[in-house]
Amino acid sequence: MSDTPNTASTFDVEAIRAQFPALQQRVNGKPLVYLDNAATTQKPLCVIDAVNQFYRVDNANIHRGVHALSARATEQYEAAREQIRQSLNAAAVDEIVFVRGTTEAINLVASSFGSRLKAGDEILISALEHHANIVPWHLLRERMGIVLKVIPVTDMGELDLSALPALITPRTRLLAVNHVSNALGTINPVQAICAQAHAHGVPVLIDGAQGLPHGLVDVQAINCDFYAMSGHKAFGPSGVGALYARRPWLDELPPYQGGGDMIETVRFDCVRYAPPPAKFEAGTPNIEGAIGLKAALAWHAAQNWPAITHHEAQLLAAAAIGLQEIPGLRLIGQAAHKVPVVSFVIAGCHPHDIGTLLDAMGIAVRTGQHCAMPVLEQLGAATGTVRASFAFYNTMDDVQALVRAVHRAHDLLS
Amino acid sequence: MLNITPQAAIDELKSEFAFFDDWTDRYQYIIDMGKALPAFPADKQDDAHKFYGCQSQVWFDAEWQNNRLMLQGTSDAAIVKGLIALLFRVYGQQTADEILATTPGFLDDMGLKTHLSANRATGLMGMIQKIQTLAAESKKTP
Repeated sequence: MSDTPNTASTFDVEAIRAQFPALQQRVNGKPLVYLDNAATTQKPLCVIDAVNQFYRVDNANIHRGVHALSARATEQYEAAREQIRQSLNAAAVDEIVFVRGTTEAINLVASSFGSRLKAGDEILISALEHHANIVPWHLLRERMGIVLKVIPVTDMGELDLSALPALITPRTRLLAVNHVSNALGTINPVQAICAQAHAHGVPVLIDGAQGLPHGLVDVQAINCDFYAMSGHKAFGPSGVGALYARRPWLDELPPYQGGGDMIETVRFDCVRYAPPPAKFEAGTPNIEGAIGLKAALAWHAAQNWPAITHHEAQLLAAAAIGLQEIPGLRLIGQAAHKVPVVSFVIAGCHPHDIGTLLDAMGIAVRTGQHCAMPVLEQLGAATGTVRASFAFYNTMDDVQALVRAVHRAHDLLS
Repeated sequence: MLNITPQAAIDELKSEFAFFDDWTDRYQYIIDMGKALPAFPADKQDDAHKFYGCQSQVWFDAEWQNNRLMLQGTSDAAIVKGLIALLFRVYGQQTADEILATTPGFLDDMGLKTHLSANRATGLMGMIQKIQTLAAESKKTP
């Protein structure tokens, strides 16, 4: 495309790949083509070094030591919180709660926000959700008799927002949807959804697990009440993530778990909780994870995002065009706005067979239902799909390797 | 089929595998073994005979004939079906003692470990455990 020479010329994918040791290996005798980024991303050297450095030099518990190491660890941990604030563009650093990841963030809201609900209150989710944004609400339904309502999905894999006005009722207490579908790659119009929900006084939680890796997040622009994210999907370590919550919610909601670090004073007859975010952070956290996440997000923020967006769109278009030449192949999810994720089935070929053959050719994809059974069932892929999910360190050569390998797998299986 | 010991079957499989230097070709061979598997009775393709995997399903049945375990099985996935055929070459028509003496560790040597260990995907591990359990139980019954 001639209209993006500046961004394209300043984006050097090989220079990015050189920072990822895990990408420089062979699998089953073939160069690794890693296309399972929606499951987890590989880590750049700066993240690996940050975690390594913490254990080599700064390891101590945070928030309570009087010694130098504890002070350094605390300082880095809180600097990580500030980095997350910047990456999500939250208004204040105390709106960032450290959690294990998106799943725990949603469970925290389901637990703390859910404790105020009554039987018959309604939670509105969508048919496009990951199980992490279905099951916590289902548990609440079992425990408290709340009602779960579902925004339908079109055959293209987009939310059918024309159904939204009828689904929001006086009993709707929260709307919880994902920013980007993990199974299909659909980017949802979360800003418009928040505006509609807020017009009826309904707060909104966004499952952002798949949003941040593609550089899409500004919680103030989205105007959501809660935003959940995972570090490992955005080039950071596993087991660390964040819940963004608007400050009034954090003041109002009860704690999630009890323990050290979340209290001011403890007596047997009375416990005073610490102010947020500490109120929601019981126990020693994943300190090295937070420090690794800080390195990941700082690295992520320093990238050339206009060029990355262009590069990712090229990967997606090339993969979709190349794969559709394969006889019997059907793309599952063809939303107008997508991150570079292609989910597909091939008539007569089991997804698990295709995935196994791709692995034999050095190509890592995910097969199955991607923790999103309802939407795949609706789109006629109940036995699952093959999902190739790209990160910006993937190349056009990776796309071609994928297309060639799926051709070969199709030949072997038919 | 002429009955050979599990170890002889394993040795045979290993030498057949060694013939290929590429994993894609090995899977082609496994897929072809699956295609040669005798048809699984349609009336047994039900939940009672199913080992659930989160990605593919395995249907399986077994009965003792003259102290040897006769195996039947299939899968909705071609490679899993081929692996069933491979496992039947080792465990099929063997005695309880031979089955118990043959752990599925030989699959590691053949580079097929990923299809089994801690892998809930295919339902294959459930089938192997069932074969071992049937053999152990037959030793207990007087």
